[in-house]
Amino acid sequence: MSAAATSLKPQTGVPREAAVTFEDAAVRLGGRTIWSGVSLSVAEADFVAVLGPNGAGKSTLIKAILGLLPLAAGSASVLGRPPGAAKGRIGYLPQRHGFDSGTQVRGVDLVQLGLDGARWGIPIPGTQGRKRDAARVAEVIELVGATAYASRPIGDLSGGEQQRLLIAQALVRRPKLLLLDEPLDSLDLPNQAAVAALVRRICEEEQVAVLLVAHDINPIIGYLDRVIYLAGGGALEGAPDQVITSETLSRLYGAPIEVLRASDGRHVVVGEPEAPFVHGDRHA
Amino acid sequence: MPEAATFQGLSWNPLTDLHELFAYQFMVNALEAGTIVAVMAGVTGWFMVLRRQTFAGHTLSVIAFPGAAAASLAGLPLAVGYFGFCGLGALALAGIAGTRRSLGAESAAIGALQALALALGFLFVSLYHGVLNGLDSLLFGTFLGVTTDQVVVLLVVAVAALGLVAIAARPLFFASVDADVARAGGVPVNALGFAFLLVLGLSVAETSQITGALLVFALLVTPAATAHQLTPRPMLGIVLSVALALAVTWLGLALAFFSIYPVGFYVTSLSFGLYVLVRAGRVLRARLRATARLALEAA
Repeated sequence: MSAAATSLKPQTGVPREAAVTFEDAAVRLGGRTIWSGVSLSVAEADFVAVLGPNGAGKSTLIKAILGLLPLAAGSASVLGRPPGAAKGRIGYLPQRHGFDSGTQVRGVDLVQLGLDGARWGIPIPGTQGRKRDAARVAEVIELVGATAYASRPIGDLSGGEQQRLLIAQALVRRPKLLLLDEPLDSLDLPNQAAVAALVRRICEEEQVAVLLVAHDINPIIGYLDRVIYLAGGGALEGAPDQVITSETLSRLYGAPIEVLRASDGRHVVVGEPEAPFVHGDRHA
Repeated sequence: MPEAATFQGLSWNPLTDLHELFAYQFMVNALEAGTIVAVMAGVTGWFMVLRRQTFAGHTLSVIAFPGAAAASLAGLPLAVGYFGFCGLGALALAGIAGTRRSLGAESAAIGALQALALALGFLFVSLYHGVLNGLDSLLFGTFLGVTTDQVVVLLVVAVAALGLVAIAARPLFFASVDADVARAGGVPVNALGFAFLLVLGLSVAETSQITGALLVFALLVTPAATAHQLTPRPMLGIVLSVALALAVTWLGLALAFFSIYPVGFYVTSLSFGLYVLVRAGRVLRARLRATARLALEAA
């Protein structure tokens, strides 16, 4: 157990192309180092959870992968290119608190925007391209199981229904990498598990690598391949059972942490200090 | 004879009345100007309501008032004042949006700008020494004295602005609905927001020339808000918004022609009436559905 936990490198199994690689990377925001010395690798078609306390830099990691934030040190490669160069092949679902009930936009139009929202000019109805687009939109809505309510205004839908349509929007251009920032945040427990199961299925059927930012590992642990745990200004990556241990997390935080396994298999992390935590000296 | 005809009122023969409506050049000009303005206000209003920028739109319309007053004071055509001030106002609003810390701070800054605009308008009117002729038409609109040249200017500006909106329609829709995802997908969200404020400024400047600075909302907001109530489909919504704006403009102009009351009153009341009707219809439909569901469950 301890040997596995010491290894920060991804395990070498069947050699697969890496969707995301970070080498000794750091991000600074407003003069503050959010995290540094981060090395990780996400293989294609892997389902990876990004975990850690509030303020540990989970959304920052997503934005660095998107190329919206520059690295202060180290290097990164996303789908074989520098961050920001592969925009068209990344599906992104930002952190949000849902659409409010007044939002009069249909789910199907929202998914369509994922496909052609960045195109200039007026769409001409009835053309071949238009029909192909409509077919793809219908297909991806079917894939997430949202066909029944896709033509209702998004503001009238429940959090789980909105989240499925937003995942469809992120998927519509057949990305090779899907970045989901806290998609389970506003959902109840059964819906969290259902969306996690959906993401697992998409991961396999569409052969897309998924990074999912989450607060709580328990509803999703059964569906994951790996986890990235951000805390104390650094990060650890590995299989869930290797990373979520008292020893590994204590070393990451630089403070005593205890991971308990409840009788139903749930992980309980005890002693987690809330960020902002002491940054920087961990690598000194 | 022509003067008498204006105040003769309706003859109750629709054909004669319609003929009467088009018999005078000033009325033809007014109808042409009203049509151009209604189309422009219908389209930009639909996006403004979607983007929740009605307060910015209202501020631009208040800025139109000192613009027109300053133009009168300087002896320039009113259109120069409207377009000049609304353009500058849009730049100021874009500046506020660019530096914003929070939505609350933004609306407070816009409110401050609005107060300044009204105060400036009042100053310009006072500087005019005595009563500025037609102050109430600056504020509440008029259809008299729309010149053929003015119609041409309205048309050119509207075609240019609507051309821009057409080219940017989908990215603008995307940026309005979901700015974060649009930005990640390569849509220039900030540049679009800036360009839209400019188009909105032009739109307000055009609409002010018919409805007056204070009643711009009758064409810019109410038809668009009604269309948003009627359908969530973007293309259909824009078409509906334009159709409603056209309907209230034409009807308002005709009513003003045959009566002694001002056009701004009619356009505003008609569009407000439509909005109330549609809201009431929606509430009623929701009630009926709920009752039907209850009856179904009971059965």
